[in-house]
Amino acid sequence: MDFPVPNFIPFIGGSYILSTHNLEQHKSVYLKVLLALFVFTVVTVAASYFDFGSVAIAIIVGLAIAFVKGFLVAGNFMHLLDEVRPIYWLLMLTVVFFLVLFFMPLLWEMNLVTVQ
Amino acid sequence: MIEIPYNVKPREETGLFNAKLGIWLFLASEIMLFGGLFSAYILLRVGSPVWPPSGETHLNIPLATLNTFNLILSSWTIVKSWIALKENDIKGFKMFMGITLLCSILFLVIKYFEYSAKFHHGIFPSTDNFFGIYFTLTGLHGLHVIGGLIVNYYLWGPGIKMWNTEPERFTNRIEVAGLYWHFVDLVWIFLFPTLYLL
Repeated sequence: MDFPVPNFIPFIGGSYILSTHNLEQHKSVYLKVLLALFVFTVVTVAASYFDFGSVAIAIIVGLAIAFVKGFLVAGNFMHLLDEVRPIYWLLMLTVVFFLVLFFMPLLWEMNLVTVQ
Repeated sequence: MIEIPYNVKPREETGLFNAKLGIWLFLASEIMLFGGLFSAYILLRVGSPVWPPSGETHLNIPLATLNTFNLILSSWTIVKSWIALKENDIKGFKMFMGITLLCSILFLVIKYFEYSAKFHHGIFPSTDNFFGIYFTLTGLHGLHVIGGLIVNYYLWGPGIKMWNTEPERFTNRIEVAGLYWHFVDLVWIFLFPTLYLL
Protein backbone atom coordinates (compact mmCIF):
# COMPACT_ATOMS: atom_id res chain seq x y z
CA MET A 1 0.00 0.00 0.00
CA ASP A 2 1.21 3.46 -0.78
CA PHE A 3 -0.16 6.52 0.96
CA PRO A 4 -0.18 9.89 -0.77
CA VAL A 5 1.83 12.61 0.94
CA PRO A 6 0.66 16.21 0.60
CA ASN A 7 2.70 18.48 -1.61
CA PHE A 8 3.38 21.11 1.03
CA ILE A 9 6.35 19.27 2.52
CA PRO A 10 8.95 21.81 1.49
CA PHE A 11 11.97 19.70 0.72
CA ILE A 12 12.86 17.06 -1.77
CA GLY A 13 16.22 15.54 -1.21
CA GLY A 14 18.29 12.53 -0.25
CA SER A 15 18.31 10.96 3.19
CA TYR A 16 21.50 10.72 5.16
CA ILE A 17 23.71 8.64 2.93
CA LEU A 18 27.39 7.99 3.53
CA SER A 19 29.58 7.60 0.50
CA THR A 20 32.73 5.54 0.86
CA HIS A 21 35.03 8.54 0.53
CA ASN A 22 33.60 10.34 3.57
CA LEU A 23 33.20 7.17 5.64
CA GLU A 24 36.71 7.47 7.07
CA GLN A 25 36.08 11.13 7.89
CA HIS A 26 32.91 10.21 9.78
CA LYS A 27 34.70 7.50 11.75
CA SER A 28 37.28 10.05 12.86
CA VAL A 29 34.53 12.53 13.86
CA TYR A 30 32.70 9.85 15.87
CA LEU A 31 35.86 9.05 17.83
CA LYS A 32 36.49 12.73 18.56
CA VAL A 33 32.88 13.14 19.73
CA LEU A 34 33.26 10.12 22.02
CA LEU A 35 36.39 11.58 23.62
CA ALA A 36 34.77 15.02 23.95
CA LEU A 37 31.76 13.44 25.68
CA PHE A 38 34.06 11.66 28.14
CA VAL A 39 35.90 14.92 28.88
CA PHE A 40 32.64 16.85 29.37
CA THR A 41 31.38 14.15 31.74
CA VAL A 42 34.49 14.62 33.89
CA VAL A 43 33.99 18.40 33.72
CA THR A 44 30.32 18.01 34.78
CA VAL A 45 31.26 15.98 37.85
CA ALA A 46 34.18 18.29 38.72
CA ALA A 47 31.94 21.37 38.39
CA SER A 48 29.44 19.86 40.83
CA TYR A 49 32.14 19.90 43.55
CA PHE A 50 33.12 23.49 42.77
CA ASP A 51 31.62 26.23 44.92
CA PHE A 52 30.05 28.75 42.53
CA GLY A 53 28.62 30.72 45.45
CA SER A 54 25.07 30.30 44.18
CA VAL A 55 22.87 27.30 43.42
CA ALA A 56 21.46 29.10 40.36
CA ILE A 57 24.93 29.49 38.79
CA ALA A 58 25.77 25.85 39.57
CA ILE A 59 22.54 24.75 37.82
CA ILE A 60 23.24 26.99 34.80
CA VAL A 61 26.81 25.62 34.47
CA GLY A 62 25.66 21.99 34.91
CA LEU A 63 22.87 22.31 32.35
CA ALA A 64 25.07 24.25 29.91
CA ILE A 65 27.53 21.35 29.85
CA ALA A 66 24.64 18.90 29.44
CA PHE A 67 23.36 20.93 26.46
CA VAL A 68 26.82 20.84 24.84
CA LYS A 69 26.95 17.07 25.31
CA GLY A 70 23.41 16.73 23.99
CA PHE A 71 24.33 18.80 20.93
CA LEU A 72 27.33 16.53 20.26
CA VAL A 73 25.19 13.39 20.45
CA ALA A 74 22.22 14.74 18.47
CA GLY A 75 24.35 16.61 15.92
CA ASN A 76 26.86 13.87 15.17
CA PHE A 77 25.69 10.44 16.33
CA MET A 78 22.08 11.19 15.28
CA HIS A 79 23.27 13.14 12.20
CA LEU A 80 21.09 16.16 12.92
CA LEU A 81 23.82 18.49 11.64
CA ASP A 82 23.28 16.97 8.21
CA GLU A 83 19.66 15.89 7.96
CA VAL A 84 16.78 16.51 5.60
CA ARG A 85 14.39 19.37 6.24
CA PRO A 86 11.24 17.39 7.21
CA ILE A 87 13.04 16.16 10.33
CA TYR A 88 13.96 19.75 11.29
CA TRP A 89 10.31 20.79 10.82
CA LEU A 90 9.17 17.85 12.91
CA LEU A 91 11.57 18.70 15.73
CA MET A 92 10.72 22.40 15.66
CA LEU A 93 7.03 21.52 15.98
CA THR A 94 7.93 19.26 18.93
CA VAL A 95 9.80 22.11 20.60
CA VAL A 96 6.74 24.38 20.21
CA PHE A 97 4.48 21.74 21.81
CA PHE A 98 7.05 21.17 24.54
CA LEU A 99 7.20 24.88 25.37
CA VAL A 100 3.39 24.98 25.59
CA LEU A 101 3.49 21.95 27.89
CA PHE A 102 6.28 23.52 29.93
CA PHE A 103 4.78 26.98 30.39
CA MET A 104 1.14 26.00 30.78
CA PRO A 105 1.47 25.01 34.47
CA LEU A 106 3.56 28.12 35.12
CA LEU A 107 0.89 30.36 33.56
CA TRP A 108 -1.69 28.50 35.58
CA GLU A 109 0.27 29.16 38.76
CA MET A 110 0.51 32.82 37.84
CA ASN A 111 -3.29 32.90 37.35
CA LEU A 112 -2.87 34.01 33.76
CA VAL A 113 -4.93 31.04 32.73
CA THR A 114 -8.21 30.63 34.57
CA VAL A 115 -10.85 27.93 34.63
CA GLN A 116 -14.18 29.19 33.29
CA MET B 1 2.81 -10.82 -1.30
CA ILE B 2 2.61 -7.02 -1.26
CA GLU B 3 6.01 -5.43 -0.88
CA ILE B 4 6.27 -2.57 1.61
CA PRO B 5 7.47 0.52 -0.29
CA TYR B 6 10.26 2.86 0.76
CA ASN B 7 11.92 0.59 3.31
CA VAL B 8 15.24 1.02 1.48
CA LYS B 9 14.79 3.75 -1.11
CA PRO B 10 14.03 7.22 0.28
CA ARG B 11 10.60 8.59 -0.50
CA GLU B 12 10.83 11.47 -3.01
CA GLU B 13 8.62 13.84 -1.01
CA THR B 14 10.51 13.53 2.28
CA GLY B 15 13.96 12.25 1.35
CA LEU B 16 13.52 9.59 4.04
CA PHE B 17 12.85 5.88 4.07
CA ASN B 18 9.70 5.01 6.00
CA ALA B 19 11.29 3.59 9.14
CA LYS B 20 13.43 6.68 9.60
CA LEU B 21 10.46 9.03 9.43
CA GLY B 22 8.67 6.63 11.78
CA ILE B 23 11.42 6.60 14.39
CA TRP B 24 11.69 10.40 14.35
CA LEU B 25 7.93 10.71 14.89
CA PHE B 26 8.26 8.27 17.77
CA LEU B 27 11.22 10.19 19.21
CA ALA B 28 9.18 13.41 18.97
CA SER B 29 6.54 11.77 21.19
CA GLU B 30 9.31 10.61 23.51
CA ILE B 31 10.58 14.20 23.82
CA MET B 32 7.09 15.17 25.00
CA LEU B 33 6.99 12.26 27.46
CA PHE B 34 10.34 12.97 29.11
CA GLY B 35 9.88 16.73 28.64
CA GLY B 36 6.67 16.60 30.66
CA LEU B 37 8.43 14.77 33.47
CA PHE B 38 11.37 17.19 33.40
CA SER B 39 8.82 20.02 33.70
CA ALA B 40 7.29 18.22 36.68
CA TYR B 41 10.75 18.00 38.26
CA ILE B 42 11.35 21.74 37.79
CA LEU B 43 7.93 22.66 39.20
CA LEU B 44 8.42 20.37 42.21
CA ARG B 45 11.86 21.84 42.81
CA VAL B 46 10.93 25.52 42.54
CA GLY B 47 7.82 24.88 44.64
CA SER B 48 9.77 23.31 47.49
CA PRO B 49 11.35 25.53 50.16
CA VAL B 50 14.15 22.95 50.64
CA TRP B 51 15.48 20.67 47.91
CA PRO B 52 15.64 17.76 48.29
CA PRO B 53 12.87 17.86 50.90
CA SER B 54 14.65 15.35 53.17
CA GLY B 55 17.88 17.38 52.99
CA GLU B 56 20.03 14.71 51.28
CA THR B 57 19.66 12.83 47.99
CA HIS B 58 21.67 9.75 49.15
CA LEU B 59 22.53 9.08 45.51
CA ASN B 60 25.69 7.26 44.46
CA ILE B 61 27.57 9.73 42.20
CA PRO B 62 30.52 7.41 41.33
CA LEU B 63 28.16 4.65 40.15
CA ALA B 64 26.06 7.11 38.14
CA THR B 65 29.24 8.58 36.60
CA LEU B 66 30.32 5.07 35.61
CA ASN B 67 26.92 4.53 34.02
CA THR B 68 27.25 7.82 32.13
CA PHE B 69 30.59 6.72 30.62
CA ASN B 70 29.01 3.35 29.92
CA LEU B 71 26.02 4.76 27.99
CA ILE B 72 28.18 7.21 26.04
CA LEU B 73 30.46 4.34 25.04
CA SER B 74 27.42 2.31 23.92
CA SER B 75 26.24 5.24 21.77
CA TRP B 76 29.60 5.20 20.01
CA THR B 77 29.65 1.40 19.58
CA ILE B 78 26.16 1.34 18.03
CA VAL B 79 27.09 4.00 15.48
CA LYS B 80 30.27 1.99 14.79
CA SER B 81 28.14 -1.12 14.22
CA TRP B 82 26.18 0.81 11.57
CA ILE B 83 29.39 2.05 9.95
CA ALA B 84 30.66 -1.54 9.90
CA LEU B 85 27.59 -2.57 7.86
CA LYS B 86 28.18 0.34 5.47
CA GLU B 87 31.64 -1.19 4.93
CA ASN B 88 30.15 -4.69 4.44
CA ASP B 89 31.91 -5.82 7.61
CA ILE B 90 29.40 -8.12 9.32
CA LYS B 91 31.98 -9.31 11.87
CA GLY B 92 32.63 -5.71 12.89
CA PHE B 93 28.87 -5.22 13.24
CA LYS B 94 28.59 -8.29 15.49
CA MET B 95 31.45 -7.05 17.66
CA PHE B 96 30.28 -3.45 18.08
CA MET B 97 26.60 -4.37 18.57
CA GLY B 98 27.75 -7.05 21.04
CA ILE B 99 29.62 -4.39 23.05
CA THR B 100 26.48 -2.20 22.93
CA LEU B 101 24.48 -5.08 24.42
CA LEU B 102 27.07 -5.62 27.17
CA CYS B 103 26.99 -1.89 28.01
CA SER B 104 23.18 -2.01 28.22
CA ILE B 105 23.30 -4.99 30.59
CA LEU B 106 26.00 -3.29 32.71
CA PHE B 107 23.82 -0.16 32.91
CA LEU B 108 20.89 -2.20 34.22
CA VAL B 109 23.06 -4.12 36.71
CA ILE B 110 24.43 -0.84 38.12
CA LYS B 111 20.90 0.56 38.29
CA TYR B 112 19.79 -2.59 40.13
CA PHE B 113 22.50 -2.05 42.76
CA GLU B 114 21.50 1.61 43.10
CA TYR B 115 17.81 0.78 43.53
CA SER B 116 18.59 -2.09 45.94
CA ALA B 117 20.65 0.21 48.16
CA LYS B 118 17.77 2.71 48.25
CA PHE B 119 15.18 0.08 49.15
CA HIS B 120 17.54 -1.42 51.75
CA HIS B 121 17.71 1.98 53.45
CA GLY B 122 13.92 2.31 53.37
CA ILE B 123 13.91 4.87 50.54
CA PHE B 124 10.96 4.48 48.16
CA PRO B 125 9.12 6.71 45.66
CA SER B 126 6.76 7.66 48.48
CA THR B 127 9.61 8.93 50.68
CA ASP B 128 9.41 12.51 49.37
CA ASN B 129 8.90 14.50 46.15
CA PHE B 130 12.56 14.16 45.16
CA PHE B 131 12.50 10.36 45.31
CA GLY B 132 9.06 10.31 43.68
CA ILE B 133 10.40 12.07 40.59
CA TYR B 134 13.81 10.31 40.83
CA PHE B 135 12.25 6.84 40.64
CA THR B 136 9.76 7.93 37.95
CA LEU B 137 12.42 9.43 35.67
CA THR B 138 15.12 6.80 36.17
CA GLY B 139 12.55 3.97 36.13
CA LEU B 140 11.07 5.15 32.83
CA HIS B 141 14.56 5.60 31.43
CA GLY B 142 15.47 2.09 32.64
CA LEU B 143 12.43 0.68 30.81
CA HIS B 144 13.70 2.38 27.65
CA VAL B 145 17.09 0.73 28.16
CA ILE B 146 15.36 -2.66 28.49
CA GLY B 147 13.34 -1.96 25.31
CA GLY B 148 16.50 -1.01 23.41
CA LEU B 149 18.30 -4.06 24.75
CA ILE B 150 15.55 -6.39 23.45
CA VAL B 151 15.49 -4.80 19.97
CA ASN B 152 19.28 -4.62 19.70
CA TYR B 153 19.59 -8.26 20.83
CA TYR B 154 17.10 -9.30 18.15
CA LEU B 155 19.08 -7.43 15.47
CA TRP B 156 22.37 -8.87 16.75
CA GLY B 157 20.95 -12.41 17.04
CA PRO B 158 18.01 -13.87 15.07
CA GLY B 159 17.32 -10.71 13.05
CA ILE B 160 20.77 -10.73 11.46
CA LYS B 161 19.63 -13.23 8.81
CA MET B 162 18.12 -10.30 6.91
CA TRP B 163 21.69 -9.25 6.07
CA ASN B 164 21.90 -12.23 3.68
CA THR B 165 18.74 -11.35 1.77
CA GLU B 166 18.25 -7.56 2.13
CA PRO B 167 21.52 -5.99 3.36
CA GLU B 168 20.45 -2.38 2.72
CA ARG B 169 17.20 -2.83 4.62
CA PHE B 170 19.08 -4.43 7.51
CA THR B 171 21.55 -1.53 7.55
CA ASN B 172 18.60 0.88 7.71
CA ARG B 173 17.19 -1.08 10.65
CA ILE B 174 20.46 -0.63 12.51
CA GLU B 175 20.41 3.11 11.77
CA VAL B 176 16.88 3.36 13.18
CA ALA B 177 17.76 1.27 16.26
CA GLY B 178 20.81 3.51 16.69
CA LEU B 179 18.69 6.68 16.60
CA TYR B 180 16.54 5.28 19.41
CA TRP B 181 19.59 4.26 21.41
CA HIS B 182 21.21 7.70 21.05
CA PHE B 183 17.98 9.23 22.35
CA VAL B 184 18.18 6.97 25.43
CA ASP B 185 21.77 8.21 25.90
CA LEU B 186 20.64 11.82 25.39
CA VAL B 187 17.98 11.55 28.10
CA TRP B 188 20.55 10.16 30.54
CA ILE B 189 22.94 13.02 29.71
CA PHE B 190 20.30 15.38 31.16
CA LEU B 191 19.11 13.07 33.95
CA PHE B 192 22.59 12.60 35.38
CA PRO B 193 23.38 16.23 36.30
CA THR B 194 19.74 17.08 37.07
CA LEU B 195 19.17 14.30 39.61
CA TYR B 196 22.65 13.45 40.87
CA LEU B 197 24.73 16.61 40.73
CA LEU B 198 22.62 19.76 40.92
